[in-house]
Amino acid sequence: MTGADLPVWAAWLVVVLAVAGAAFSLTGALGLVRLRTFYERVHAPTLGATLGMALILCGSMLLLSLIEGRLVLRDALIGVFLTVTTPVTLLLLARAAAHRDRHEGDPDAPPRP
Amino acid sequence: MSRILPYPLLSAALALTWLLLNAPLTPGGVLLALLVGLAVPHVMRALRPPAVRVRAPATLARLAGIVLYDMVRSNIDVARVILGLRRGTRRTGFVAIPLDLREPFGLAVLSIILTATPGTLWVQYDSDTGRLLMHLLDDADGDAWIRRVKDRYERPLMEIFGCHPTPTSPS
Amino acid sequence: MPPHADEPVMSAAAVLDWGLGLAQGMLVLAMALAAWRMLRGPRAQDRILGLDTLYLNGMLAIVVHGMRTGSGLYFEAALIIGMIGFTATVALAKFLMQGEVIR
Repeated sequence: MTGADLPVWAAWLVVVLAVAGAAFSLTGALGLVRLRTFYERVHAPTLGATLGMALILCGSMLLLSLIEGRLVLRDALIGVFLTVTTPVTLLLLARAAAHRDRHEGDPDAPPRP
Repeated sequence: MSRILPYPLLSAALALTWLLLNAPLTPGGVLLALLVGLAVPHVMRALRPPAVRVRAPATLARLAGIVLYDMVRSNIDVARVILGLRRGTRRTGFVAIPLDLREPFGLAVLSIILTATPGTLWVQYDSDTGRLLMHLLDDADGDAWIRRVKDRYERPLMEIFGCHPTPTSPS
Repeated sequence: MPPHADEPVMSAAAVLDWGLGLAQGMLVLAMALAAWRMLRGPRAQDRILGLDTLYLNGMLAIVVHGMRTGSGLYFEAALIIGMIGFTATVALAKFLMQGEVIR
């Protein structure tokens, strides 16, 4: 069990950050199920990849810094990495979907830019 | 740039990453970080990436603030759409934006910004016409989105990467 | 130590354990929803999107697990999951576009 020597307000702050981040990620995954078309659904996971990820990593950095008694910023690297890679993933996926839809003559296919 | 530091920004980023991974700070760790920052960018020379110049640091800071604010706000907007809390009818659709920004680094940063704000999705960019196709989750007013992307993000990026706005050529 | 009047109802350790457990449960539920989309489809791009979301939420769940155990060891695991997830999704998306991964 961790954090026995932590002040209670700090524990609450960490928990609020982590639960809020998890709530955004869960909402994003829910959007993956609830939204109707593919292009709408691509928007959903970005919730987890931006604010959800940021809140959870802030909570993690805060907790580890308090436990170890020094500034631990290592988790920010995950944030930087995700921020740089998510656009690449979604851009490629959206382009692949657009390419397939156009190739098949889907009436809902995106117009050419 | 000089022969020792071909890519100073890359060197700084690598050294900082090394230090973050190997916290807590020790003299040996700092030495290794400096070594990594000096040595590794020379490998990049084989790839010959074009040099990037970042100007207007004040604009960069302001843009970061704007993006952070927009990220939080659009996250909440999209969460409301998904949870069905948004009233009224929602239209989704594609919108094409004519971009004046041609600088590859600027376009890369713009794609990161548009992805970091849920509700906007970068679908395709045509480098011949300079037009960007975006998908909007909540397309209440397509023209407002075009203005928003151009004023809030594109203009600061053009300042930062030091290109002058040119009138869009009709294609 | 005898219980004292102004001692909080829950200790810091209990708050962390329950709260982070709740966050972990929400992330696991998110993984289940993403897996549903991955299995359901209907098209290949939907499955890839589901897989990407599954990876992302799994990575966040590992970060939260690292917070619960208070060890920094899970950081590496999370970073590697993120990297492999990125590579896999890019390779799959390229496959969709061109029918082959490496040209």
